[in-house]
Amino acid sequence: MSNLLAIAAREFKSLFLSPLAWTVLAILQLILAYLFLTQVETFVTLQSKLAAMVNGPGLTDIIVPPLFGNAGIVLLLVTPLLTMRMICEERRNKTLPLLLSAPVSITDIVLGKFLGVLGLLSVVLVLITVMPLSLLIGGTLDFGKLFANVIGLFLLMSAFTSIGLYMSCIAVHPTVAALGAFGTLLLLWIMDWSTAIRDQPNPLMEYLSILRHYQNLQSGLLSTADIGYFLLFSGGFLLLSIRHLASERLPQ
Amino acid sequence: MTLLIEASHLSRYYGKHCAVNDVSFSLNNGEVLGFLGVNGAGKTTTMQMLSGNLAASAGSIRINGFDLQSQAKQAKQQLGYLPDVPPLYRELTVLEYLRYCAQLHGLAKHAATAAITYAQARCGLTPVSKRLIANLSKGYQQRIGIAQAILHNPKVIILDEPTVGLDPLQIREIRALIRELGQDHGVILSTHILTEVAETCSHVQIIHQGQLLLSDSIAGLQQRMGSRILQITTRFPVETAVLMAIPGVIAIETLNNQQLKIQHSNDHNPSQQITETIIAAGWELQELTPMPTSIEDIFIQLTEGHPA
Repeated sequence: MSNLLAIAAREFKSLFLSPLAWTVLAILQLILAYLFLTQVETFVTLQSKLAAMVNGPGLTDIIVPPLFGNAGIVLLLVTPLLTMRMICEERRNKTLPLLLSAPVSITDIVLGKFLGVLGLLSVVLVLITVMPLSLLIGGTLDFGKLFANVIGLFLLMSAFTSIGLYMSCIAVHPTVAALGAFGTLLLLWIMDWSTAIRDQPNPLMEYLSILRHYQNLQSGLLSTADIGYFLLFSGGFLLLSIRHLASERLPQ
Repeated sequence: MTLLIEASHLSRYYGKHCAVNDVSFSLNNGEVLGFLGVNGAGKTTTMQMLSGNLAASAGSIRINGFDLQSQAKQAKQQLGYLPDVPPLYRELTVLEYLRYCAQLHGLAKHAATAAITYAQARCGLTPVSKRLIANLSKGYQQRIGIAQAILHNPKVIILDEPTVGLDPLQIREIRALIRELGQDHGVILSTHILTEVAETCSHVQIIHQGQLLLSDSIAGLQQRMGSRILQITTRFPVETAVLMAIPGVIAIETLNNQQLKIQHSNDHNPSQQITETIIAAGWELQELTPMPTSIEDIFIQLTEGHPA
């Protein structure tokens, strides 16, 4: 357990030792702050109409789901860049033997790396959540809905990280790992578009689509099916990573 | 004498290519075992198997009694490994890096600080401990690799070509360090530098094309190979044909009129008869010295018989 945390801590620290983590944090914050302010402005313009509606959407409904939805899309682009080096770079720099000859299991290595990157993404999550919370100065929020969005984005981040980690395990070059992760995520994201166009839902496509599950969580509906999807997704790719690293030792 | 490494019938295939073929050996506490071989002989593959980086295709490894396959954690706890390229995180300082290595081996904070101070002092890293690894020279990076391998005071230390990239002064220091470590640890080092084995090792193994050709102690090796060349100096020129007739003499090399080198067979030492012959002929023997065979001779003799 302490080994696992040591690996996670080093991964987290190393991300901040390169300009990558800082750049990602800065750019994400800039884009999302812009989107946040746009939503706030929309609310201000619509406020009088909304007040007249019975059971109309409140402050939280107007601001939080679009903000977190956009954050999901931006993270889809950014997470593969953060995860691409995880195993790939260790292999290229020949530092993997240090981990493999230490009394550390491959599960520890994979989970440590996973938690390290998830740590950075949690910082992103906190920074995103602080934006709607700042509205408490002059208004009230639906905390249940905000909480559902935070949980949803966290689960989404762990799914992104796990697939990025797996791609980093199998790819020889970090760029290939990033492309692989990005391609797979994009495919899973847009999977239910085709059914939307043809106007006849395909249940399998809908179930596989990440977007669909994320939207369910965003609406404030914490259902076991959606949470289970994300947990299975992350767990599955973590397991694949462990299996892949373990099999590298074996004779081909 | 405790048995630290027990490797039995190790084999490793890369696809159809057999890198290591049925190699068995053992290492006791207090021994420094030198692994000799030309490039591509299977040294690094064997080391990777011993350190748990590669699984063997066949055979088993026990480290200080723990099976590397089924009791991996306990076995690896007893192990310090320096791969052929030192596994360094270039973005960390020396101190941060060693602290991370200590954590990986589960050293408690207090013990880690003491171990790091000790390892840094042993490897001459104290003056650079706050510098970034990326900015240090190759010699320092190699020494950080060694510091990392001895940090947690492991029973078995495996060093893959530890003196590569070091200057002569550092090589001497590292060899002294290895000899010192060999007193209360078991050390395996691989190298293709023959003098290194003669200087630092107590035991030697020669591996060629994945097969173990020789495994012996340095002392035993020298005795076994014996002295096979005699250097002779006489006052007057010698008729080599007369000496050639003596049983056991294989070849005679004339250095000049008075000096000869006589090569003789392993099991038959003809020095007695040579002496008598020279004195009887009145050439006046001045010197008869057995020339020591170097490891180089043995190495070349063993590997040449098996063309790569």
